[in-house]
Amino acid sequence: MAKDEFREFKLVGTRPDRPDGLDKVTGRARYGADISAPGMLWGAVVRSPHAHARIVSIDPSKALALDGVKAVVTRADFPEGLTGEDWNLQENTIAGERALYDGHAVAAVAATSKLLAEEAARLIAVEYEVLPHVIDVDDAIKPDAPVIRAGAADASVPEGMPPNVVRYMDFGRGDVEAGFAEADLVMERSYKTEATHQGYIEPHACLGQLGADGKGEMWVCTQGQWYIRKMCTAVLGLDASQLRVTPSEIGGGFGGKTTIFMEPLSLALSRKAGGKPVKIVMSRSEVLRATGPTASASMDVKIGLKKDGTITAARAEFRMQGGAFPGAPVDMALYCCFAPYNLTNVAHVGYDVLANRPKCAAYRAPGSPMGAFAVESLLDEMCRALKIDPLQMRLKNAVKEGDKSSYGPRFGSIGLIETLEATQAHPNLSIKLGPNQGRGIAAGYWFNHNGETSVSLAISEDGTAQVSVGTPDIGGSRASIALMTAETLGIGYEDVRVNVVETGALGVNEPTHGSRATFASGKAAVIAAGHAIKEMCRRAATEWGIEPEAVEWVNGAAQPAGPNAGKHPPMTIAEIAGKMGQTGGPISGHHESVPEGVGASFGCHVVDVEVDPETGRTTILRYLVVQDAGRAIHPAYVEGQYQGGAAQGIGWALNEAYIYDDKGRLANPVFLDYRIPVASDLPMIDTVIVEVPNPGHPYGVRGVGETGITPPLPAIANAIEDAVGVRMAHLPMSPATVLAALKARG
Amino acid sequence: MSKIHVTTVVNGDAVEFLADPRETLLDCLRDRLGLTGSKEGCGTGDCGACSVRLDGTLVCSCLVLGVEAEGKQIETIEGMADGATLHPLQRKFIEHAALQCGFCTPGILVAAKALLERNPDPTEEEVRFWLAGNLCRCTGYDKIIRAVLDAAAEMRQEAA
Repeated sequence: MAKDEFREFKLVGTRPDRPDGLDKVTGRARYGADISAPGMLWGAVVRSPHAHARIVSIDPSKALALDGVKAVVTRADFPEGLTGEDWNLQENTIAGERALYDGHAVAAVAATSKLLAEEAARLIAVEYEVLPHVIDVDDAIKPDAPVIRAGAADASVPEGMPPNVVRYMDFGRGDVEAGFAEADLVMERSYKTEATHQGYIEPHACLGQLGADGKGEMWVCTQGQWYIRKMCTAVLGLDASQLRVTPSEIGGGFGGKTTIFMEPLSLALSRKAGGKPVKIVMSRSEVLRATGPTASASMDVKIGLKKDGTITAARAEFRMQGGAFPGAPVDMALYCCFAPYNLTNVAHVGYDVLANRPKCAAYRAPGSPMGAFAVESLLDEMCRALKIDPLQMRLKNAVKEGDKSSYGPRFGSIGLIETLEATQAHPNLSIKLGPNQGRGIAAGYWFNHNGETSVSLAISEDGTAQVSVGTPDIGGSRASIALMTAETLGIGYEDVRVNVVETGALGVNEPTHGSRATFASGKAAVIAAGHAIKEMCRRAATEWGIEPEAVEWVNGAAQPAGPNAGKHPPMTIAEIAGKMGQTGGPISGHHESVPEGVGASFGCHVVDVEVDPETGRTTILRYLVVQDAGRAIHPAYVEGQYQGGAAQGIGWALNEAYIYDDKGRLANPVFLDYRIPVASDLPMIDTVIVEVPNPGHPYGVRGVGETGITPPLPAIANAIEDAVGVRMAHLPMSPATVLAALKARG
Repeated sequence: MSKIHVTTVVNGDAVEFLADPRETLLDCLRDRLGLTGSKEGCGTGDCGACSVRLDGTLVCSCLVLGVEAEGKQIETIEGMADGATLHPLQRKFIEHAALQCGFCTPGILVAAKALLERNPDPTEEEVRFWLAGNLCRCTGYDKIIRAVLDAAAEMRQEAA
C-alpha cells in the first residue's frame, strides 16, 4: 500500500516513551495556572449577565475602597481606533458600548489574593439597559432579528441581505439542475447542529506583566505563543517585539487556545498596578460562557444519485452563527462537506450570521463535522432508499490523486480509496448485530495546514542535539519531532531534546493548529538537521583535506563518499561536536518557511450502536476509526488522535450542546450539565492507520489531528436509523430526542 | 477574613499553613504548599482533575475546605512515586501513551491507585465506572483503561 514501502527507518514508526512523560505522570509538568511570581496579584473579571445590553455605567469605587485592591480596568483603558479583526478581538476582550453575550467581559480587577479579587469583582457596579437578543441561527438570519452590529458585513454580502449576515459565499461548478435531472433519486433534507465546546480540561490561565515602558512578559497556556503576542499587543497598542510570551504545558486546546480571551486584561491590570505581575485563571463556567465554542449550524442539502451509486449533482446551503462576531467556519464546512466525492456538478451557498453568543473559536476541523453530518446523513438515507451498500457508493465516487476537489483545487497524493478499502476489510464489519442494534458508516475530511514555521537546531558539545520549536506539544509532538530529528541525524531518540520555546527565541510561528505541528515543525526540524549535517561533513572534509562534496553522512557519522575520496575512518557526530570550538565554532541549523507540501487526510468511521427503545438512550457498542496518516511517526500518538477525535465527535453527536434560557443566558455552564463523554460511556476505540505517504514531507507525514472528529456525527445518526428506523436530523441525539422520534414514528 | 492555622500531613511530611476559611483544599495545596500537581478543571467536583486521598478516601480536593485537612493524612500525585521509582500505574501510563495533554493525568492516577487498592483485579467495566468521575478530553479513554488493566496485572504478578 505504501508508495515508498522499500524505505526503511530505524526510529520513525516506533513507539518510544514520550520525552515529557515523566513530568506529566508525577505532577511536575507546569501548566498555565501552576506558575506564580514575586509580588504577584490575582485578577478577576466582571462579566455581563445579559445576552445583549447597553452598558450605562461602571462604578468601581466600592471595589477600589477595599484594602489590597490595586487596579480596575474597563474598555477606557484600551486604545481606540482599531479596525477589522483587531477591533473584534478587543471588543471580545472587554465590551465597549454594549455587552454582546452572557459572559462578555465588561471590567477586570487585580488584588492581592484570589478571594479578594473575586470579592472586588462582585463590588464593581455595572448598570445595564437590557436589549432584545437573538440566539438561534435561523432566528438571527430573519430580516427583523435584533441587530447585533450594523455595518459588520463585509464586501461579500449583497445588498438586501438580513442585517446579521456578515459574510456570504456562493461557489461551485457544472450544472446542478442538469445533474439532478440525470439522477434516479433526488433528495433534499435539512439538518441542525448545536454549538459545542472544545472542552479542554485545563481552563485558560495566564500570568502577565507589563511596565509603563511598554515592555512585558507573559506565561500562558496557549496553542500559539506568537498569536498571543500578536493579538495582545494589537489590542493594547504595543510593539509586538516588546512582549515576550512563554507557553506553559497545555491542558488541551482543540483549536480553542489559538486566540486571546483574558490575556490582555492581565497585561492592562499589571500596567495599571505599577507593573506587578497579574495572574488570571478562568473558572469552568467562565470557560463555557466566554471562550470559543464552535458555531451552530442550520443546513440544507440536496443530492442526486443514480441506481448504480453515482452522485450526479450536489448542493449545500449552510447558515452558521459564530457568536457576536464574524468568523463562523461556514466556508470550511462547505469546502469539506463534499470533499470525499468526485463531482462534476456541485453548488455551495453559505451565510455567516451574528447572534448573541460568545465569539466562536476554532474547534478541531472547524466546520467539517457539521457539513459531514448533513451530507453523510443524506447519502446514507439515499443509499438505504436505493438499496446500495454505503461503502461501495463511497468507493464508486471517491476522489483520488489528480481529481478536482469539490471546492476547486486538484488533490495531490491522497489515500481515500485505500482508507475505504481498509474499512471494508475490517473484521468489525462482519460482526452480526442484534435487535435494536445498528451499524453506521461515514467518511470525513480535513485539509491539514502548513503555516508560518521557524525551527532551530543546535548540536551540543557531546554530539547530542537540541531542537527549538514554536509549536506547543499538546499530544506528543515532542516525541514525533525527536524521532524525525534523530532519524535524520543518525543518532538515538534519547539524544535529541525538543524544547517548545518562547517568542524571544525564534521567528514567528503559527500555533499548533490545523494538524500542523508534526508536519510543519517536523519538516523544518528535518531541514535544519540537514543544514547541520552539511556543516559537519564540511568540518570532516577540512580535516581530511578533501572536498566537502566527497563526504557523506551515514549512521550519525561523516565518511568518505567513495573510493576516490581517500581512506578515512568515519568521524562520528560526537567526535565532530567535541572539537567544534576549534574547527569553526558552534554547529547548528535552522529553517524558516511556510512549508509546502501539505497532505490532506481522509477518514472513514464505522460505529455499532444499540438504542434502548424505552429510554431512547444510545449505547456505543463498538467503534472503528480508519484514517490515512501519510506516515505514523509515533503510531501510539496517532492512534490517540484518532481515538480522541472519535470521542469528541461521539459527545457532539449524543450529548453536548449549548443550552440557552429565554433570556439568552447559558443554562449549562458546568461539566455536570455540559456533559462530555466519560469513561463508562465509551467502548475501546479500534483504529487502523492507513499509510499513503505524503510526498510533500520528508517522512510522509500528513497531519492526523482533526479529521477524526468529522465522521462520528453522521456515522452515529446512520447507525441509529439502522438500529431503530428513525432519522435524526438535529444534534444532539439525546435520549429524549431519540425517544420523541421513536414515539412520533409510532 | 482572618486565617486559620492548619496542621496536616501531606505525602508523609508534616506541614502547616494558614488557610482562609473559604479556601478549598485544592487551593491550599496549590497556592499555600506549592503542590501544583493537583489540577482544577471545574471547581465543582465534576472532572476529577483535583483528586487526592484524604485519610485514604478518594476526594475531589476542590470540594473539601482547606481547614478540613487539620489532623488528616493527605496523598497527592506528588507522593505517588517512591523516590525515583515510579508507581506501576505511572510507568504504564507512559508506556501505553495513556496521556496526551497530561492535565487530567494526576487525578486519574490518584483515582486509579485507589481502585487497585480496593480491587486488584478489576474488569474493564469496573475500571470505566470507577474512572467515570475523571474527565479526559484528549484520549477517548482507550489507552487509559488499557494502562490501568496492565498495571493491575503487573501488580498482581508482583504480589503473587
